[in-house]
Amino acid sequence: MEKEKTKIDYNNTVIKIKGLEKAFEDFAVLRGIDLDLYQGENLVVLGRSGSGKSVLIKLISGLLRPDKGSIEVLGQDISKLNDKALQQLRIRIGFSFQNSALYDSMTVRKNLEFPLVRNRRGITRKEIDDAVESVLDGVGLLQTINQMPAELSGGQRKRIGIARTLILNPEIMLYDEPTAGLDPITCTEINDLINKVQLKYDTSSIIITHDLTCAKSTGDRVAMLLDGKFQRTGSFEEVFDTKDERVKRFFDYNFIE
Amino acid sequence: MESVTTRPGQPVRKKRNKLLSRISAFFAEFYQINLFILRFFKEAFVPPFEFKEIVRQCYEVGVRSFTLITVTGFIVGVIFTKQSRPSLADFGATSWLPSLVSIAIMRALAPLVTALIASGKVGSSIGAELGSMRVTEQIDAMEVSGTNPFKYLVCTRVIATTIAIPILATYTAVIGLLGGYLNVSENEGTSYTAFVQAFFQPLSFLDFTASLIKSVVFGFTIGIVGCYQGFNAGAGTEGVGKAANGAVVTAMFLVFIEEIVIVQIVGNFR
Repeated sequence: MEKEKTKIDYNNTVIKIKGLEKAFEDFAVLRGIDLDLYQGENLVVLGRSGSGKSVLIKLISGLLRPDKGSIEVLGQDISKLNDKALQQLRIRIGFSFQNSALYDSMTVRKNLEFPLVRNRRGITRKEIDDAVESVLDGVGLLQTINQMPAELSGGQRKRIGIARTLILNPEIMLYDEPTAGLDPITCTEINDLINKVQLKYDTSSIIITHDLTCAKSTGDRVAMLLDGKFQRTGSFEEVFDTKDERVKRFFDYNFIE
Repeated sequence: MESVTTRPGQPVRKKRNKLLSRISAFFAEFYQINLFILRFFKEAFVPPFEFKEIVRQCYEVGVRSFTLITVTGFIVGVIFTKQSRPSLADFGATSWLPSLVSIAIMRALAPLVTALIASGKVGSSIGAELGSMRVTEQIDAMEVSGTNPFKYLVCTRVIATTIAIPILATYTAVIGLLGGYLNVSENEGTSYTAFVQAFFQPLSFLDFTASLIKSVVFGFTIGIVGCYQGFNAGAGTEGVGKAANGAVVTAMFLVFIEEIVIVQIVGNFR
């Protein structure tokens, strides 16, 4: 399915990153990242495994602390927030994990209820049921409502994972390898779902992937992460219209080999 | 070959460095555990309280260990009585058997056996569950969805083990008493009333209090060790295995250390 034209507000920056650095022991993963994500935009971050893509979104969501630089999310510098303020901010950010991270001791219904019940005090049973059913219907998996995560396929788990984040109506979505380990048809379904989420929930998203089909079909803008820095940023065609061997090799492996 | 050296004294230095790094790792771990315990006290008594989850965890810890505790407690009562009889019979003192059983069960066996069983069953289960949640990013998912995972997962489990294990230890004592009674009654023909009277006669308030305090300490230890190991589990399935194993071994070791310390302290009050 071709990506619909989306309305991006270039005057409204929802994520602003400046000079971000992160190292693990002696290994510098991110070496000075600058990034602006605009309201309504889908930004795809491409890079090889271990290039620090997942680290980047973990830093944005406050799961990791940066060594240097600043991350401003929805106007708040996350390294300056206390635990309570960070918790409040996180409700406005949806995080779809690479392995879905569904709570495997809970049914699909309980998985979806969990963030809702805990963050919307005083919500009624009917409101919870309506929200769960509506969001599950939105990802086309209403029939799985009473199933356990172990009974679901990889694609279904991904979609339920996305549904669980959507239940809190996030303003920003962070997708960590949304199509990793899935067959091509399921990948296409997930890509369509990401685009649908962008339109329906008016979200701004960062999509971490090394799947170029996913990048092409979901991204309004693509950033290529190499050696801890964004080497190229622009539209999909602009990024790969280069003589840089490292970028070209990445493209060739995905589309030719 | 790494061990071959042209400079005498180098292997000795290497060994010393290895030893030093092990010692510093031990103290670093000790510091981390203390921070973890401090965090527990900081977060457990600050609202919002997770009452529903605490009750659910109490059920998991208590009710699900019931069968195992029943069988173990009963066997301990029977075996202890059976093994003690010949020695007492040599002195013609089998009538002291209920008193001996009561002192052994109330002062030492009930809290200790319960704690050891719980270390194996509950400690490993907490370590494995939280370890698996850490490895599969479920704890991160909880955190990014606006829930404090420490409060929800750790505080609830530690409170649950601290509440449930003293109850289980009391139950073990009752079942042990029953096992002891069946053995004594079979061999001596002692009535239940006479047995119970003789059972409680040597026990003081201090014995019950010390036993209760011990169980509370053991329960807290099992919970905090299991949670610490699971919450800080390493990557992959190996990390989960290590967390479960570490939870059992460390909890059992600490239970014995605490037993010695508490017995020494209580001894000063006798």
